[in-house]
Amino acid sequence: MDGSAVTPIDAKSITGKYPEITRRSQLLVVGAGPAGIAAALEGARLGLQVTLVDENPVPGEMMGLDVPQFYGQCMTGAVQNPGRMVEQILATSPGLEAAFDAGVEVLLGTSVWGAFVNGPAVQSLPGRVAGLADQSQSWLCGFDALVLATGARDLVLSFAGIERPGVIGANAFHALVARYDAFKGRRLVILGSDTLAIETAFLALDHGIEVAALVEVRGEPQGSPAAVAAIEARGVAILTRHVIVEATGTLEGVDAAVVVALDAGGGARPEGRRVIACDTICLAIGLVPTVELADVLGCQLAARADRGGHVATRDASGQSSVAGVFAVGDCAGPAPDAAAAGAAAARAAAHWLGVAVPDEPPSPTPDPGNSDTFAYRMDWMRALTATGSPRVLACLCEEVTRADLLGVKPPRYLDCTSPQMVARDARSLLADGPLNHDQFKRLTRASMGPCQARRCREQVAMLLALASDVPVEAVPLAGYRAPVRPLPLSLLATTGESPAMTAGWDVWFGIPGQWTPYADIGTEREVLDDDGSGDSMHL
Amino acid sequence: MTSNRGAAVVIVGGGVSGLSAAWWLARSGYDVLVLDKGIVGWEASGRNGGGATHYQSPLFHEEQRLWPQMDALLGYPTEYRRERIIINLTPAQQARTRHMATVCRDLGYPSVELDNGQLRTLVPLAGDDALGATHFQFGGHANPQRTVQAYAWALQDHGGRVMQHCPVTGFVTAGGRVTAVETRAGRYGCDALVIAAGPQTGVLLRQLGITLPLAAARAEMIVTEPLPLMQHGGVDGNGLYGRQTLRGNLAYGGGPHEWLDENDGTEIARPSTPLLGSLSRRLAALFPKAAHARVIRSWAGIIENTPDGRPVIDRLGDPDNVVVCTMSSVGFGLSPATGHAIHDLVLDGTCSFANIDKLSLRRFDGLPADWRQRRGWVPPLAVADPVGSAVDRR
Repeated sequence: MDGSAVTPIDAKSITGKYPEITRRSQLLVVGAGPAGIAAALEGARLGLQVTLVDENPVPGEMMGLDVPQFYGQCMTGAVQNPGRMVEQILATSPGLEAAFDAGVEVLLGTSVWGAFVNGPAVQSLPGRVAGLADQSQSWLCGFDALVLATGARDLVLSFAGIERPGVIGANAFHALVARYDAFKGRRLVILGSDTLAIETAFLALDHGIEVAALVEVRGEPQGSPAAVAAIEARGVAILTRHVIVEATGTLEGVDAAVVVALDAGGGARPEGRRVIACDTICLAIGLVPTVELADVLGCQLAARADRGGHVATRDASGQSSVAGVFAVGDCAGPAPDAAAAGAAAARAAAHWLGVAVPDEPPSPTPDPGNSDTFAYRMDWMRALTATGSPRVLACLCEEVTRADLLGVKPPRYLDCTSPQMVARDARSLLADGPLNHDQFKRLTRASMGPCQARRCREQVAMLLALASDVPVEAVPLAGYRAPVRPLPLSLLATTGESPAMTAGWDVWFGIPGQWTPYADIGTEREVLDDDGSGDSMHL
Repeated sequence: MTSNRGAAVVIVGGGVSGLSAAWWLARSGYDVLVLDKGIVGWEASGRNGGGATHYQSPLFHEEQRLWPQMDALLGYPTEYRRERIIINLTPAQQARTRHMATVCRDLGYPSVELDNGQLRTLVPLAGDDALGATHFQFGGHANPQRTVQAYAWALQDHGGRVMQHCPVTGFVTAGGRVTAVETRAGRYGCDALVIAAGPQTGVLLRQLGITLPLAAARAEMIVTEPLPLMQHGGVDGNGLYGRQTLRGNLAYGGGPHEWLDENDGTEIARPSTPLLGSLSRRLAALFPKAAHARVIRSWAGIIENTPDGRPVIDRLGDPDNVVVCTMSSVGFGLSPATGHAIHDLVLDGTCSFANIDKLSLRRFDGLPADWRQRRGWVPPLAVADPVGSAVDRR
C-alpha cells in the first residue's frame, strides 16, 4: 500500500468505541481473604496504587440464588441488613483496617463481574479492564496488574431432597456462622470426614450448634487421626461406609437426613438405613477453586486433583499464563500460607510493572496438596448414584435429572417424543467424539441456569465421567462467561458507553446492501432499498 | 497417508449450512461424510440469534416453506416458533421497521402495525413509552444449539456420517476434479466436495487456487435468567436481535463487531467483552418490565462476511465437482433452504427452486487484494500492555 494511504475505519466496528477508562488501579486485588489482604498491603508498601475489592457482604438476594456459595436458604433475616453485615465483615477481617490505613482503596460489597485483556480474538479494549458492580452501579476499572484471590466455592453433589431449604455447603456454613452470625439452623448432619468436615463440626459445636453425625462413604474417617480423635471426643459420631440418600422434610425445610450403610459392592444394605433428625445437612466433601475470572481472562487452566479442581497454571510467583495476572490463595488450590503467597504475588506484580523490589524473599513453598480429591469425590458420586434414584436432580436450576442428563433428553417443556429423539442418549454423542460437557449442556440445559452452574458444574462432569468411563479430569471444563455474577440488566446498563458507541451502534454489521432484496440487486432499485440510515435491517 | 472410507459427497464444515446440505443429500440416498475441525455447530452456527426471517435472500420462500416442517422432517426438536415482532422506541426505528414491512409486503408476506396498547398486550415485557411495533405474520426463530445437533443426528439416521475433530489439511485433485480430501486422520476419497467452513472457507479454497474474499469478525450476545413466557418469543428491536427462548431466557445480541485477522482454523478463545453493559442497556430499554432480569451469560461468536455482505453459493468451474458456500454472517435461519440449494448444485449444477445466480463467486473477480484495508475491515490496533510502566512513588 502507498505509505500515504490512510486505512479508513469501519464506522460500525468496535474500533475506538470503548470509553476512556477514568477509574484505574495499578494493582487490582479481587478477594479480601488472607491472600488478598496480604497482596494489597504488600502492594501498598511497595508504593503501588492498590484497589482491593470484595463482594462481601453478599446481598441477601444473591445468597438466595446460592451465589457465590451454596447457602441453601439457611440465612436468618440478618443478611438483609447491609449495615450490620459490613460491621460483621470488619470485625472478622482484622487485616482490612490495616489496608485502609495503608492507603488501599477498599471496596466492599462490590463484585467483579468480568476482567478483560486484549488477546488473539480481542484487540479493541482500551487497556486491561475489570467490570465492577455494587448494588447501585456498574463501572469499568482499568488495571495494570491483577491479583485473583477469589477463594473457593462449595462442591455440591446431589441426593433426593437437595433442593429443600437446609442443605448447605461448608463454605456457606462458615460464612453464615463465623462471618455474618446469620445462620438459622440448630442441628447439623455433615457429609464428609476430612479436614473440611471436621473443621465444620468444630465450628458448629463452638457456636452451640448440635452435630448429629458425620457421614463418610469410605471405610475410614478421612481427617488426620488427631482431628478425628478430637471430634469424637466431643461426642460426634462418624458413620463410615454410609451415604446420604435423602433430605426429608417439607417445602419449609429439612427435618432429617436418611442415610444408608454401604455393602461390599457399594450398594445400600437394606438393614443399614437410618433416619437422623436434623434441620441442616452440610456438604463438606470438598471445595472447588473459584476460577471464573481466570477463565474469562483467558488464563490457561488445568484440572488438578491436588488443587481440588481446575486452577490457573502458574509460575513460582503465582503468575498465570496471562502476564501480570496472578492467582493466589484458595482459588489456586490449598495454600498453607495464603498471606505469604499473596505478598509474593504483589511483589512479582510490582516487579513486572517495573518497580524495583528490594530484598525479595523466596516465594513460599507450595502446598503439595491432596492428590486424592478427585478419587474421593468420585467415591461419593459412585455411592450416591448406586443408592439414589435416576430422578435425583443433576442440575437444580433447570431441574435436569441424572437420567435426563445421561439420556440427553430435551427439556420437558419441549414435550418431544419422536422415536428418533427417544433413541438417542449419551452414547450417541460419545460415538461422535470425546466427552464434552458443553455439548450435553446445550441439549439438556443442565448447567444453564441462574446459579451459573455453581451447583452442578462438577457433579455433571462427574456423572458424565462415570457414565462414559473416562477420568473426570478428562472432561473439558464447562467454560465460565462474564458476567460471573448474575446481575440485573438495569445494573449492568449503568456501565456506561461512549458517544461513539451510541452513534455507531447497529443491530448487525451495517454492510450497505446486505439486506437489499435479491430481486433488486443489480437493478436501479438497489440503492433505494437502503432506507438511507446506513443501518442494518435485520429481521 | 492413511486411506479411509470416503463418500460420494464429502462436506467440509459441520456448521448449519454443511450439515443441512449433508442431510438433504443423505435423505436423497447419497452417501455423505461431514468433516469438522471440532464439534458440529460449535462456531457461529450454534451461537446466534436464531432468527429465520430473511426477506433479502433468494432462499426466503424456501426458508419460510421449510421451517414449520423441520421438527417433523428432522425427527428432532429445533424449538422453532413462528412470527416476529419488532418494537420501535424512536421515530427513526419506526421508519426503518415500516420500510422493512413494505419490502416484505411486496414479496407477499403480511404484517400489521401495533400501537402501544396492542403491543403491551402481546408483549407484556414491553414498556409504556414504546411507539408501537410491527408484527410480521411470518418468519420465526429456532434454537441454534438444538438445530445443529438435530441436523447431525438426522443425517446419521439417513446413513450419513460425521467425523468430528478432523481438520482438513489439503485436497487431492486429478483431471479437473477433487478426488480426495486430506485430513489429520487420513485421506477421504470423494466424487463431489462441498466446502462450507465458515470463516475458514477462504483459507481452504486457496489450496485449490480459488480466491474467496472473506473477513471474519467477533460479535457478542447476552442471556438472562428465565422470565415468564410471552406469547411471542421472536420480539426484538432497539438495535438488538434475538428472542425469548421457550425456557423463558432473553437471548439478545447486536452492536459493534470486531474484525479479526484471517485464521487457519487454529482454536482461539472467544471472549466476550464489556460490551455486555451496552447490550444490557438496550435490552432493558426494549423490555422495561424485564429490567430486573439478571444476566447470567454472554458469549461471542466468530462469523465471516463477503465484501458485499451477501452469500456465495456456487459450483466452481475448475475443479468442477466443488460447491462452495458462505452465508456471509446470515446463515442459521436460511439453513434449511441453503442445504437444499447445495444439494441441487452438487447433483445438477443448478438450484431447482430459486435463481441464485447473483450469489456466484465470479462477482468478486477483479477485487483488489487490499479490499479489507480499503473498507476499514481490519482489527483495531491493540493498546500495549503496561509492562514496566509503573512510576516508583515511594
